[in-house]
Amino acid sequence: MSEQKNPERPDDEPHGGNANDDAVPAQRDDTGEVIATRRGMFGANNGGDTSGYGGLVRTVRLPGATSRPYGGPGAPGAYGDFDEIADELEGALDEQGLVPENVIDKTVVDRGELTFHIEREYLPAVARILRDDPALRFELCTGVSGVHFPGDKGRELHAVYHLRSITHNRLIRLEVSAPDADPHIPSLVEVYPTNDWHERETYDFFGLVFDGHPALTRIMMPDDWQGFPQRKDYPLGGIPVEYKGAQIPAPDQRRSYS
Amino acid sequence: MTTAPHSHSPNDHRTSSDFDTTESLARETTEGTVYNVTGGDWDEVAASAAKSDDERIIVNMGPQHPSTHGVLRLILEIDGETVTEARCGIGYLHTGIEKNLEYRTWTQGTTFVTRMDYLTPFFNETAYCLAVEKLLGITDDIPDRASVVRVMLMELNRLSSHLVCIATGGMELGATTIMIYGFRDRELILDIYELITGLRMNHAYIRPGGLAQDLPPGAVDQVRAFVKKMRKNLPEYDKLATGNPVFKGRMEGIGYLDLAGCMATGATGPIVRSAGLPHDLRKTQPYCGYEDYEFDIPTADTCDAYGRFLVRLEEMRQSLRIIEQCLDRLEPGPVMVADKKIAWPAQLALGPDGLGNSLDHIKKIMGTSMEALIHHFKLVTEGFRVPPGQAYAAVESPKGELGVHAVSDGGTRPYRVHFRDPSFTNLQAMAAMCEGGQVADVIVAVASIDPVMGGVDR
Repeated sequence: MSEQKNPERPDDEPHGGNANDDAVPAQRDDTGEVIATRRGMFGANNGGDTSGYGGLVRTVRLPGATSRPYGGPGAPGAYGDFDEIADELEGALDEQGLVPENVIDKTVVDRGELTFHIEREYLPAVARILRDDPALRFELCTGVSGVHFPGDKGRELHAVYHLRSITHNRLIRLEVSAPDADPHIPSLVEVYPTNDWHERETYDFFGLVFDGHPALTRIMMPDDWQGFPQRKDYPLGGIPVEYKGAQIPAPDQRRSYS
Repeated sequence: MTTAPHSHSPNDHRTSSDFDTTESLARETTEGTVYNVTGGDWDEVAASAAKSDDERIIVNMGPQHPSTHGVLRLILEIDGETVTEARCGIGYLHTGIEKNLEYRTWTQGTTFVTRMDYLTPFFNETAYCLAVEKLLGITDDIPDRASVVRVMLMELNRLSSHLVCIATGGMELGATTIMIYGFRDRELILDIYELITGLRMNHAYIRPGGLAQDLPPGAVDQVRAFVKKMRKNLPEYDKLATGNPVFKGRMEGIGYLDLAGCMATGATGPIVRSAGLPHDLRKTQPYCGYEDYEFDIPTADTCDAYGRFLVRLEEMRQSLRIIEQCLDRLEPGPVMVADKKIAWPAQLALGPDGLGNSLDHIKKIMGTSMEALIHHFKLVTEGFRVPPGQAYAAVESPKGELGVHAVSDGGTRPYRVHFRDPSFTNLQAMAAMCEGGQVADVIVAVASIDPVMGGVDR
């Protein structure tokens, strides 16, 4: 995993030896993309942190962009399947008059999985290429999964697609993001009809609006439900429970360690 | 069940005097006349529908209908006996499991996911654990014994899931004998579950890193005895159903979905294999050591409900083959990763007051090792941290590709877990299978998809 991380660090990042660094424990790995900053240790915002760790500041970093070669199954660190997929995709984008650098925000290889971060307006074009290009042929889309990163300003809502190629026996991931203020992503139902219900589900839970979906309505929650339940700012609900005389708070009110 | 003759325009309302005979049943709404039918006599409805000049009727079948596999609501527009449009209404069993997972530790997650598709608990657990293990980077460290037991339980589970599918599917056709047989054999498998995990369903036995505990004494013998018995019982399904003209007559050509349709609707599992494509993740993307087992992927080329039945039947035979190989492969050894920062320190043991930590372990941590006590407490209450990132793990469940997309923010709880449940995806194909067919065939088509609403709605 770690050997595939981006070896380049952003230049503006302090690299140890800094006076500020002594105050906080060093991140084990300071590459990657910061998606949130956490304070304290127990996730308690109600003054419940009596541990003395209240001043702790940690950043949450997801694996950042990977540089070539991307490798692939059985070929970490060398030219492999992932490079082939990326080459074919970039070539096909060129053929359609699209600039790959504008379309693909970044490419991440992590835990043996290839992720293309796509600019949202190009998503249907990319999906169509991935489905139809004979060298790519990702016939099967396994749906879309939403993720909400409230701390990732400007790209709070992510939609994650996993595409499977039965012809070439490969799996890749597409990731698209949209800001909370403008939660629109083009629909993939035209390319992959199977995404019909999956996009309705993601809309239902995250409020991501899939433009071009034939009937984007709630699918799990009642039609008149208010709010989008799987967003991070939506409470889990639940009531405190009395157990052996003590009040046990609802799960989302308890101390957490993350 | 409610039915409503479709009205084309707002002026199409009929006065209630038209329906004198059905006053108790009929209700005027802005959508047209609505009848509530809860079984029994349809004559009144049929008579008043015959009076109306509009042949199109919307039938709401479910969500409380015995043939819709739980709380599935089928919305059918019918013209005479023909289904002209079919839609599903789902969400009646939504329990917010994915949201709940975000408020428990990674290990507690198995307790939730096992309840999703409640007929395939071991697949849910394994898929979830494979995703967590991928995030932790310990996929290669899982002990062999744990993987073999996982495979064995999954294949037993494939049998029990297919048995329910064939049994309930048969019952919906009126073949009650096959229902009795299916549940009889499933009971044998549930007995094995109970022996190994303590529970007939909702096991939470497969944990990130391995298993909750080792196989109990006698488990191997019982599984061996079961395989022997099942080898004798399986041909009974052939004798009862395969080639049975009534059974074939109801299923052949019904629920047709060819390979292009499967790819478009994302249908996997027996549905895609009944369309002739031997796509099975156990072969194409092996996990848990499936590459070391010998088995075949059965296919059919009929694209219909009968083909799916044959595929399931043959898959059960192949599962028995795999289970036998598992039993031969079982070597003594650990069933949890060696990393003490992930593995719970104690093996559970059965005490006089039920399942709990082994007394030896409690004696050690309470009496001799303060650090071990702290460590145990921290690991159980706080859980282990998982490095930030995301992973996708997929297993071939009896219904198709069961995928888990897990995201970690470096904490002790999942940041987001999404289940791509095959029942959910496959159920989308219902419209393509049913439109243009007859109402009675909708039941057969839905049964051949084998949806479980616990998995669809999660």
